[in-house]
Amino acid sequence: MTIDRKELDAAGRVRHETPPGPRTEVPAVDRVGVEHGASGSRVHLEDVKAYYGTKRVLHGITLSLEPGVVTGIIGPSGCGKSTMVRCINRMHEEVPGGRCEGRILLDEIDLNGPEVDVVGVRRAVGMVFQKPNPFPTMSILGNVLAGLRFVGVPRERRIERAEAALTDAGLWDEVKDRLSDPGVSLSGGQQQRLCIARALAVEPDVLLMDEPCSALDPAATMRIEELITQLKRRVTIALVTHNMQQAARIADVTAFMLAGELIEVGSTDRMFTDPQDERTEQYVTGRFG
Amino acid sequence: MAERAVLGVHRGRQGGAGPGAHPSIGGRRRSLADRIGERGLYLLSLAAASLSVVIAGGLVAKVLAEAWPALSAFGLDFLTTSAWDPVHGRFGAAAFLFGTAVSSFGALLIATPLSILIALFLSELSPRRSRGPIAALIELLAGIPSVILGLWGILVLGPVMRDTIEPALHDTLGSIPVLGNLFGPDYSIVGMLPAIVILTIMTVPIVSSLMREIFATVPAATKEGALALGATRWEMIRTVVLPHARPGMVGAVILGLGRAVGEAIAVTQVIGGTEGIRANLFLPSDTLASRIAGQYQGATSDLQIASIAYLGAILLALALLSNGVARLWVRDAAGAAA
Ligand SMILES: Nc1ncnc2c1ncn2[C@@H]1O[C@H](COP(=O)(O)OP(=O)(O)O)[C@@H](O)[C@H]1O
Ligand SMILES: [Mg+2]
Repeated sequence: MTIDRKELDAAGRVRHETPPGPRTEVPAVDRVGVEHGASGSRVHLEDVKAYYGTKRVLHGITLSLEPGVVTGIIGPSGCGKSTMVRCINRMHEEVPGGRCEGRILLDEIDLNGPEVDVVGVRRAVGMVFQKPNPFPTMSILGNVLAGLRFVGVPRERRIERAEAALTDAGLWDEVKDRLSDPGVSLSGGQQQRLCIARALAVEPDVLLMDEPCSALDPAATMRIEELITQLKRRVTIALVTHNMQQAARIADVTAFMLAGELIEVGSTDRMFTDPQDERTEQYVTGRFG
Repeated sequence: MAERAVLGVHRGRQGGAGPGAHPSIGGRRRSLADRIGERGLYLLSLAAASLSVVIAGGLVAKVLAEAWPALSAFGLDFLTTSAWDPVHGRFGAAAFLFGTAVSSFGALLIATPLSILIALFLSELSPRRSRGPIAALIELLAGIPSVILGLWGILVLGPVMRDTIEPALHDTLGSIPVLGNLFGPDYSIVGMLPAIVILTIMTVPIVSSLMREIFATVPAATKEGALALGATRWEMIRTVVLPHARPGMVGAVILGLGRAVGEAIAVTQVIGGTEGIRANLFLPSDTLASRIAGQYQGATSDLQIASIAYLGAILLALALLSNGVARLWVRDAAGAAA
């Protein structure tokens, strides 16, 4: 059970050649909104604990992200949403003292397995950050090409892939005449869509979005939300948000976290109308704390 | 518009604290002591700043005044004459300009890649725990008095150079057309090459620690953006860290160059102190700084003293120039990054 560069095709997609590992039952999630024939991978977290140094911030999370589904992750600030999604593409390792225990499966591959290459994990599991972070020294096009270079897409195919990614991110028409302008010359919302295009270009199986709209105005937020809804057919999406209306609008499944625990997960409709846990109810009705 | 909306939210929130209550704005009178203190601090810092300008100006004036006899005797021909002949009263800076250029550029040629590697290793590659101790060790190098380094150059480096390194360089590189003339065939304990090595040792700590600071300014979000796309650590360094840091790195190298150009004592100890322009790096040579340090005491005529002061004026101009250029460069870099 390994992901290394050899097992990734030019698209950066993981080839699933390994025999299925033992699969544990997970709490049933109402699979609403699942597009038929959606591509993307299934992510399964099993008893995931995360630490910064000796401080434990995730206390055993078990959760699945299903293909074709936008999984919204809500919860008060500091409850561990970012930490959890960062564990999925192992970005938590970039924080000094950051480590995680438990199993995280991408389809059948244990992402923390001894022979798994972290670079391969990040190619399969893309990430969009809270604050748009286009590469400041690169042009609009250069930002998208950078990832294609990392993945090893042949030079002659990069431009066409970049155009496709910019189109998919709904940015092509706005930037096609200014591709060589600096990426940071775009507006905040455009920058975030550029970052989405950059992530899509390497064709990940999973896209982690950590409060992607929190730095954006309502109009830009709406464009990104539309985009997420379109993209979920192609890529499994985890959407961290502090904005419950956003979760209600675009998440098919919503997970509620509190103080490093996953309190409840279910179809978004049910989570907002008929939460099973008292704490979920308090949170979604804004009567928290 | 977007920002306004956001601001509006904040303002709304602040307003919630109580209508019209802004005790921090104008509500409180500052105490008399506070106002006197601020005024006093302003005057004190103004005085300190003026004093440093006056001292710098006085220094330049003094050097020029001392150099005046040589300036009027030789004019700009001084820069292109390589003679240094106290007996016949003929002096020129060309040999020392050449020696300064070769020794400083030679040192930076080695020190720059070395410093980049050290800085990258310490800021991006090495295990976090080891970074502090290694950085401290390298910065300790900067604290070695240059006289001690020069002594080491005479006692240890020189013999090794003459007996091992220079013959080896000659055997491997000596046969290359043109470039081969730099390497041999005469070997010597003192000479240009030991001076280059000493200057390298002196500049690496400074340049590498400057570069480390520059690498630290690359935003974590930018680096994470690259890593999250599946960049290896090296790909991240090459595509986001180095481009972001490049202007600052140039500034660091120019500052290192200024340091190498100005270093006198250790160079005087190992370079051999002869006049003349020679390609062979193994032979003794001399630089502006080490000529000033080596000959001022023993100068035999007023014209020789004035000529040494002229060398000083050139050195001063070079130092100010490199410092100014480095500053402008770093400032532009900061401006472009913002
Ligand atoms: N780099 C870090 N070092 C130490 N503790 C951290 C670090 N980042 C986050 N934490 C802690 O981990 C907990 C979860 O943080 P985070 O995952 O960022 O929460 P959220 O994204 O839900 O706001 C918080 O208590 C926070 O203080
Ligand atoms: Mg967060």
